[in-house]
This record gives sequence, structure tokens and C-alpha cells, in this order.
Amino acid sequence: MKAFRIIFISLILVFLYAPIAVLVGNSFNSSKYGQKWGGFTLKWYEKLLENDSLMTAFGHSLLVAVLAATTAVVVGTLMTLAIYRYRFPLKKTTSSALFILMMSPDIVLAITFLVLFMALGVSLGFWTLLLAHTTFCLPFVVITVYAQLKGFNPYLFEAAKDLCASEWQIFTRIVLPLLLPAIAASWLLSFTLSLDDVIISSFVTGPEYEVLPIRVFSMVKVGVSPEVNVLATLLLVVSTISIAIFVLLTKNKQLNKSN
Amino acid sequence: MLSFRRLVIILTLSWMAIMVVVPHFLVLLTSFFTPDSQHLAVWPLTLDGYSKVFQAIYIDVFLSSLWLSAIATLICLLLGFPFAFILSKFSPTTRNILLVVMMLPFWTNSLIRTYAIKIILGKKGLINTGLLGAGIIDEPLNMLYTDFAVIFGLVYILLPFMVLPLISSFEKLSSELIEAAKDLRASAWQRLRYIYIPLTSPGIVAGCLIVFLPAMGMFYVADILGGATSLLLGNVIKNQFLVVRDWPFGSAFSVSLIIIMGLMLLLYYKANRYVQRQGGLDDESL
Repeated sequence: MKAFRIIFISLILVFLYAPIAVLVGNSFNSSKYGQKWGGFTLKWYEKLLENDSLMTAFGHSLLVAVLAATTAVVVGTLMTLAIYRYRFPLKKTTSSALFILMMSPDIVLAITFLVLFMALGVSLGFWTLLLAHTTFCLPFVVITVYAQLKGFNPYLFEAAKDLCASEWQIFTRIVLPLLLPAIAASWLLSFTLSLDDVIISSFVTGPEYEVLPIRVFSMVKVGVSPEVNVLATLLLVVSTISIAIFVLLTKNKQLNKSN
Repeated sequence: MLSFRRLVIILTLSWMAIMVVVPHFLVLLTSFFTPDSQHLAVWPLTLDGYSKVFQAIYIDVFLSSLWLSAIATLICLLLGFPFAFILSKFSPTTRNILLVVMMLPFWTNSLIRTYAIKIILGKKGLINTGLLGAGIIDEPLNMLYTDFAVIFGLVYILLPFMVLPLISSFEKLSSELIEAAKDLRASAWQRLRYIYIPLTSPGIVAGCLIVFLPAMGMFYVADILGGATSLLLGNVIKNQFLVVRDWPFGSAFSVSLIIIMGLMLLLYYKANRYVQRQGGLDDESL
């Protein structure tokens, strides 16, 4: 029985990793179509660096991911504070809107954003991309930050109030420092979500601001391209590092709880 | 002067209103408009968009894409349920390590993972080479550009989403229940039927929900892996918005998708309530 369990788990992991392993292997494979091993090479890495349109798209994607994650973290943390500490009209509606935002399939969000931008007459590009990405990252920030905020002793805030701290002081001196791990973790999460997004990006950006997924999509649809393997390998390294940091950060949170 | 508190509340409400509530209403409104090549959607209000959804060709597309997503969800459940069950038997440390290992591929770009599947399933890909080498088949299988490839891709991309809620359901399940069942000589099948499945049902429903809903929208999976007829709802919606430019019809399609989502959320809510009721009984008896 135990052997069976281990075999099953291993098979699933092989299923999850084999395709990625093939990509990473092929990124070093000098044979173009990657069906046979043609010897070790770094030429695809050079090719990627020379591929201007791909590198520009990569740069755009990184920029949007960094800015969207940062904006989402700022807005999301303030939103969490509002939901946790303040009473205001339509509070319930706000929470359900966040829930809908999280559950809605990307395709639905994508068209809601597109219809909004068209109705407002905004031309599609950097700003629409940034707004859309920030918005779809928000619920994930709120969930992560709220989970940590709930773990705090509520008397902290009351003690601060008794000592005549203003809301701004409570936010900057108590909430922010204590929430730092959750904030950093949700930044990384948002960064990855934004970098990974295909569906929403293909609706809310225009031809003059091409991002990575759209560029890759058009390359991959036509046929096999070794530069994509290289890109996959590099992205894998980036995500491995960010998930490692994410795990360390959320682990600290559990420590805090037990203390 | 505006206080900090007021600013935070205004920011929260206006962001949600402008970026979430208003756009959803706009889509709903668009779905009742008349299509127009110049202005995308114009007065007067009509139900044409919806009647198009129910036209024979689109009903076929609708049903076949629901079918593809449903099969992918079912396979995810059949793989994910035992996976989560086995994982829940490990010590917390091993479990967490395995979870991180499982989640790692999920963090790489899903478009690139779809491309990886394309390479694996090709005529000279890993699977065909392996099967030919092992002598199981004589000719390479035609897997790419079929419904099978689309389902394979969806399962590959979405499996981790199924496992996560299941794991948390299994963790909540008390081992005493299982021991009691064993004492009462319940067979493995009876334990599965009367304990594991009912008590992990919120996890099952949540998992199916977060696999099924995105699966319907992943147009790039069908575009890259599927043949001409393997379409997902996402392909239809994308075509209507970006190619054909029949926005009212595209919106009507999306509203139908939202309605399906609403029904599934209702089911999730019911499953949760069901388990809480069962749990309440257990508390009384202890």
C-alpha cells in the first residue's frame, strides 16, 4: 500500500515536471527541433538576447509586473485596512465584489475591462494594462494581508488609540511594520500573476505596447522556436527564486502565530 | 481636510466601483445592445445577442466546450483526490515540501507550459518516442491538434488548483472518524463513500469550481493544442470581441458564463452548509 502511494505521487510529479524538463533540456540543445540531442550549446541564449522584439516585450512585461504588483500591494493593503478596521457603507458589497473578482474566469474579467476602457474611450496600451493587472491582483493581496492582520492582538490598536495615535500613525507605526512579511509575500504573488497572465493582457493592450505572452503566443502558434525554451528556463529560475522567498516569508508568519 | 481614514475608504469604494462593479454592468448592458460595425454596440435594446447564443451552431460550440472543460475537471478530480489523500497521510513537513514541489511548475508561465505540452505530444515528442521505444506502438500516435491534446493541456495546467482545496479539506477531517469507521468494520469503499467524499465535499466542489471556470476561458490552450473544432468558450468570446466584433453577442455569451459561475458558487455554498451541519452533529455527540 505504501509503495503504491509513493509510485502514484511520483507519477504525478513526473507528469508535472517532464514537459518542463524537456524545455530546459532543449534550451541547451544545439539541434533546432529538439527531437534528438545535438550537443550542448548556449547559442539560443545569444539568439534570445539578439531578438529585439522579444526582449522589448519581455521588458514591457517586467515593467508592468513590477508596477502592477507595487500598486496592487499599496491599494490592497489600504483596502484590507478599511475592511478590517473601519465601518463604511457598502462594506459587504465591497467584500463580495472582491470575491467575484477572484472567482471570475480571466476571460470574463478581460472583457469587462475591455468594455470599460472602450466606453471611456481610452486607447489600449501601458496604462490600461497596468490598471487591469493591478485590479486582478487585488483580491490575492487582500486575502494574504487580511490573514495576517487577523492574527494580531486587537488590543494593539486600542492601546495606540488610547495613547492618542492618529489613524495615519497607527497605520505607519503599527500596521505596516507588522504586516511587512505578508505585504512582501503578496507583492511576489502579484508579480508572478501579472507576469503569467495571457488572457487579460491579450484584451487590454494595443499593438504599440506588446507584452511577452502575446509575443510568445504568436511565435508558438506558428511552430517550434528555441528562444521560447530559453525564455522558459529563465522564467523558471525567476519563479523558483520568488516562490522560495514567498515560502520563507509565509513560514515566518506561522512562527509569529505560535509565539 | 480629509482624514486618512476617509481617504482609505474612498479609495477602496471608488476602485471597486470603477474597475469591478461598473464594468460588469457595462457588459450586461452591452449584451442587450444592437451590434454595429462602427460603434461596436448601439441602441436599441434587443435580445438578439441571447437568441444567437441559443442558435444551433453556437449551442453546439457551447456544449462541446463545456464538455471539454468538464472532462478536464473530472480527470483533475480523479488524479487530485488520491493525490491529496496520500499527501494528507504524510507528516506536515513532508507534505509542505511536496506541495511546494507540486506548485513550482504552476508558477511558470502557463503559455510556456502549454508550449511544453505541444512538444511532448508531437509526432516525435517524448510520449511517442517512449512508446515506440518500448515497442507498445508501431507508428507514432496522432495526439496533437485533437480534443485529447486540449484536455491534456488543461489538466496539466490546472491540476494544482484541484489539489490545494482538497488538501485543506483532508486536513480538517478528523482521524477519529476513520478509526471509528474501521472499528465498526466499514470497508474501504464504505469509508470512501460515507466519510471521505461527504466530508471533503466542500474541497471537491471548490476544486472543481476553480478548475472548471478558468478551463472554459483558456483560449490559448485550444489555439495551440487543439484542432479546428476543439473550441473553448474563451475562443468564442475572444473571436466575437477581437475578430468578428459582435460585442453584444460576445457579451451575451459572457453573461451566460457568469450565470453558470453563479450556479456553481451556489452549489459550493450548499456543500459548505451541508458539511457544517454534519460537523455540528458531531460536536454534539462528543
